[in-house]
Amino acid sequence: MSTTRHHERTAGQPVLKVTGLKKAYGAIQAVGGVSFQVQPGEIFGVIGPNGSGKTTLFNSMLGQITPDEGKIELNGEDVTQLGPLELNRRGVGRTFQTLQVFGKMSVRDNLIVAAQEHQGSMFSRMFAPGDSGLGKRADALIDQFRIRHVADKKAGELSYGQQKLVDIAMAFMSQPDLVLLDEPCAGVNPSLVGGISTLLKQLNQNPQIGKHSSFVVIEHNMDFVMDLCHRIMVMVEGRVMAIGTPAEIRSNKQVLEAYLGS
Amino acid sequence: MKKFQILAWGIAAAILMIAPPFLKNYGIYLLSYWMVFIIATMGLNLTVGYAGQKSLGHAAFFGMGAYVVALMMKAGLSFWLGLPAAALICFVVGIILGFPALRVQTIYLAFATLGFNTAVWLVMRNEEWLTGGTYGINGIARPNFFGMSLEGNLAYYYLVLAATVIMGLLLLGLLRSPWGKAFTALRDNPIRAESLGINTRSYTLLSFAIGAAYAGIAGGLFASLVQFIEPAPFAVGSSIMMYLMVVVGGPGYFLGPVLGAAVGVILPEWLRFAQAWYLFVFGSAVVLLMIWLPDGLLSIPDRIRAKRLAREASAARAASAMGAKV
Amino acid sequence: MTDFLQLLFSGLSTGAIYGLAALGFTLLWQASGTINFAQGEFVMLPAFMMLAFMSFGAPLALSFALSVGLSVLVLGWLFKRGIVDPLFKYGMMPIVVATIGLSISMRSLIRAGYSAEASPFPSLFSDQIYNIAGVTVTLADVGTFALALALVFTTQAFMTKTVTGRAMQAVAQNTESASVLGINVPRMIFYAFAINAVLAVAAALLVTPTYLAKFDMGESLGNKAFFAAIIGGFNNSRGALLGGLIVGVCENLAAAYISPAYKDAVALVIFMVVILFKPQGLLGKKEERKV
Repeated sequence: MSTTRHHERTAGQPVLKVTGLKKAYGAIQAVGGVSFQVQPGEIFGVIGPNGSGKTTLFNSMLGQITPDEGKIELNGEDVTQLGPLELNRRGVGRTFQTLQVFGKMSVRDNLIVAAQEHQGSMFSRMFAPGDSGLGKRADALIDQFRIRHVADKKAGELSYGQQKLVDIAMAFMSQPDLVLLDEPCAGVNPSLVGGISTLLKQLNQNPQIGKHSSFVVIEHNMDFVMDLCHRIMVMVEGRVMAIGTPAEIRSNKQVLEAYLGS
Repeated sequence: MKKFQILAWGIAAAILMIAPPFLKNYGIYLLSYWMVFIIATMGLNLTVGYAGQKSLGHAAFFGMGAYVVALMMKAGLSFWLGLPAAALICFVVGIILGFPALRVQTIYLAFATLGFNTAVWLVMRNEEWLTGGTYGINGIARPNFFGMSLEGNLAYYYLVLAATVIMGLLLLGLLRSPWGKAFTALRDNPIRAESLGINTRSYTLLSFAIGAAYAGIAGGLFASLVQFIEPAPFAVGSSIMMYLMVVVGGPGYFLGPVLGAAVGVILPEWLRFAQAWYLFVFGSAVVLLMIWLPDGLLSIPDRIRAKRLAREASAARAASAMGAKV
Repeated sequence: MTDFLQLLFSGLSTGAIYGLAALGFTLLWQASGTINFAQGEFVMLPAFMMLAFMSFGAPLALSFALSVGLSVLVLGWLFKRGIVDPLFKYGMMPIVVATIGLSISMRSLIRAGYSAEASPFPSLFSDQIYNIAGVTVTLADVGTFALALALVFTTQAFMTKTVTGRAMQAVAQNTESASVLGINVPRMIFYAFAINAVLAVAAALLVTPTYLAKFDMGESLGNKAFFAAIIGGFNNSRGALLGGLIVGVCENLAAAYISPAYKDAVALVIFMVVILFKPQGLLGKKEERKV
C-alpha cells in the first residue's frame, strides 16, 4: 500500500493546520473553536488546566474522534475525517499517556513492528525476513535512546522508565512528519524527566534516523514544557487563550491569572 | 537453535519416521488422528493464540473441509483437487466470519462464532440431499500418490505426517515474518497497533481465514483417514474441545497444538474405555490449569524464568538499598 | 389461531425458564464480570441433587429446600471462592475457560458416576388440562410461567427495593465507589452467586419434569440462557426475562411454521441479528469502550 504523504510541500506550508475546531459532548462544549499552526521542525506545546479540552483536541487530531466543526490539515491535505490508521500512514506518530508497548515482544521487535507497515504491501511482507530491512533504523534509535543493553529483552520486563523510552521510540520509527506526545512525563521519576527532555530535543534537531519531525506535546510539567518547546499554546475551557514563545507565555498576564499562578 | 533443541527435533523426527512400521494398525491410525488434529489446532492457535481473536467455531471449518473432500471424491474428482478446494472454501468463509469480528468484541464474538458453528452443523445434519444428513457419507477412499496407493494405514500416515510438517513450516515462516509481529501486536494492543499503521482489520480477517484454511485441510485429511463422516464430530462441543486444546497447550506457543492435540485427542481415544471419567478428569484439569497455569502447559519455562528474574530484581534492589547508593 | 395461541403459551412457559437461567447468568456478569459457561450444568446438577434426596425418601419440597442450601454452598460459595476469586485478576477469558472445563467435568461426573440415561422427575403440577376458548393449556405451562415470573419479579424487587439489593447494584455499576461507601463488596458479589444458585435450582425444579434428568440436559439450556441474556441485554436483569420469553416463543413458532429441524437455530438467528445491530441487547445500555 503506497503512502501518500511524500507529496511536494510548498515552502512555508505548516505541517499541521487546525482551523476552527469544535467538539461538544451533549451540553458541554469541550473544544469551542481552536485554531493554530505547527511549522516544520517545531516543538509545539499545549498546556491548560484539566477540562480545558486538550485531550479532546488531541483525540481529534489523532482521528480517535470526529470533530463537529472545523478542519485539520496535514501538509496541506484535509485529514479531518481520517482515522488513526490512515493518519499514521500519512505521517502522524503518537505516544500514549499510559504505557502501550507490546510486552511480549523484544524491544527491538517493538521498534520494527512500529514501522514495518509503512513499506511495500502486506503481501510482500508475507514470509519475508522478520525485520523488514528496518534493522539499521531500529539500532540507530536504540543507540540514540541509550537502551542498547535491554534491546533484546521482552519489553514487558523493563522498568517503567525504560518502557517509556521504548514507547517514545516507537512513535518515531516510521519517520513521521508530526509526532503527538501525550504527557510524556506522566508517571516518570522526576530524575528522568530531564533525560527525556534532552532526548526529545536531540530527536528534533539531530535525529539519527534522519528525519526532522515536528512535535505537539501535551504536558502538565511546566518546567519541562517551558524548557522544551519553541512555542506554547494555552487552552482554557475549550478555547485558545494565548499562543507564543515560552517567554511570552510566562509574562502573559491573562495566562498567569488563569493558570500559572504567580 | 541450541544444540539441545536440534537434538530433540532430530530424535522426534526419527521416532515419527521410523517407529510406526513397528506399531500395530491401531497405533498408526492413532498417530495419524493426532497429526490431523495438530494441523487443525495450529490454525486455531494462529487465530486465538497469536492474533488474540475469540473463535469457538473452528470445528465448522474442520467439518466443511471434510465434507468438501468427501463430496468431491464421491463425485469422482481427485483427492488432490479436493484438498486445495477445501482450503480455499474455508479461507473464503473464514474471511466472511471475520467480519463480525470487526464489529463485535470478545465474549460477543465468542458467542457469534459458536452460533456460526451451530448453523453449519445444522445444515450438515438436516440437508440430507447434500450431506447425507445424520447418515453421513461413507466409503470415502484413500488417495493415490503418483500411482502409489495410500490405502494402507501406514502409507496414509506418512502422507499425513508430511502434510503436518509442511503446514507447520509454513506457519513458522509466517510467524517469523513481519506478519507474525503484526498478529502479536493485534493481540496485545490493537489500539497501539492501529496507531502504528498496522491494518488491524485486514490482519483480523486474515487470522480467521488462515486458521480456517488450516482446519479445512485437516478436515480433508480427516475424511480420507476415517473414511466415514457424519455431523457429530463437527458440532460446537468439538469447537470447544479444540479451543481447550489450544489453551491447554499454550496459546501463542508454536508447539502448543502438538501438546494440546495429544491431550485432547490421543488420550481420550486411547482411554476410550473410560471415556466419561477421562472427560471428568480433563474438565477438572482445565479448571486447575486455569488457576495455576493460565497460559498453558508450555508456559512453564517462561514462568520459571519470570520467577528467577523477579528474585534477581528484588535481590538487586535489596543490595542497592544496603549499599546506600546516592 | 388457536394453534398459534397454544404455541404461544407453551413457548412462554419454556421461555420463562430460559429467563430464569438467563437472569442468574446476567447477575453474575453484572456483579463480577463472570461469564459462566457452566450455567446449564448449574441447572442440571440441582436436578440430580433433588433426585438423590428423594431417593433417600425425602418429599419433593424438602429435597428442593435441601438442594437450594447445597447449591448455594457449592455452586455459590465454592464456585466463587475456588474458581472466580483466584482468576479474577487475569481478566475474563481464564474464567470463561475454567467454566468450560467445569461444565465438561460436571457433565462427565454425572454421566460416569450416576447414569448416562435419562431419569424421570416428579412434576409440581398435576396433569390438569384447561380449555380456554378452544385453546388447550396445561396446568404445568401456566404454573411454570407464573412461578418463573414470580421468581424473576421477586429478584427484581429485591434488587431495587431492598438495601442489600441496591448495594449489589452499586457494586455492579462501580466497585470502587461502592467500597468507598462502606459496602462489603465481596459479600455483595457472593450474594449474586447465591441468588444465581437459587434461581438455578428453581429452574431445575420447573424444567426437569418435562425434559427428564439427564447428564446433558444443561447443554441446550445453557446455550439458550446465554443467547437469551444477550438478546435481552447482557447488563440488564429485566432483559434476561424478556430475552428468555422471546426465545421460547419464537422457537415454538418456528418449529411449527418453518421447520422443526431448525428449532435450535432460532435463538441463534435472533442473537446474531441483535449483536450485529444492537449489541447491547434490546433493553441493554451501551458499554463504553475504554481506550
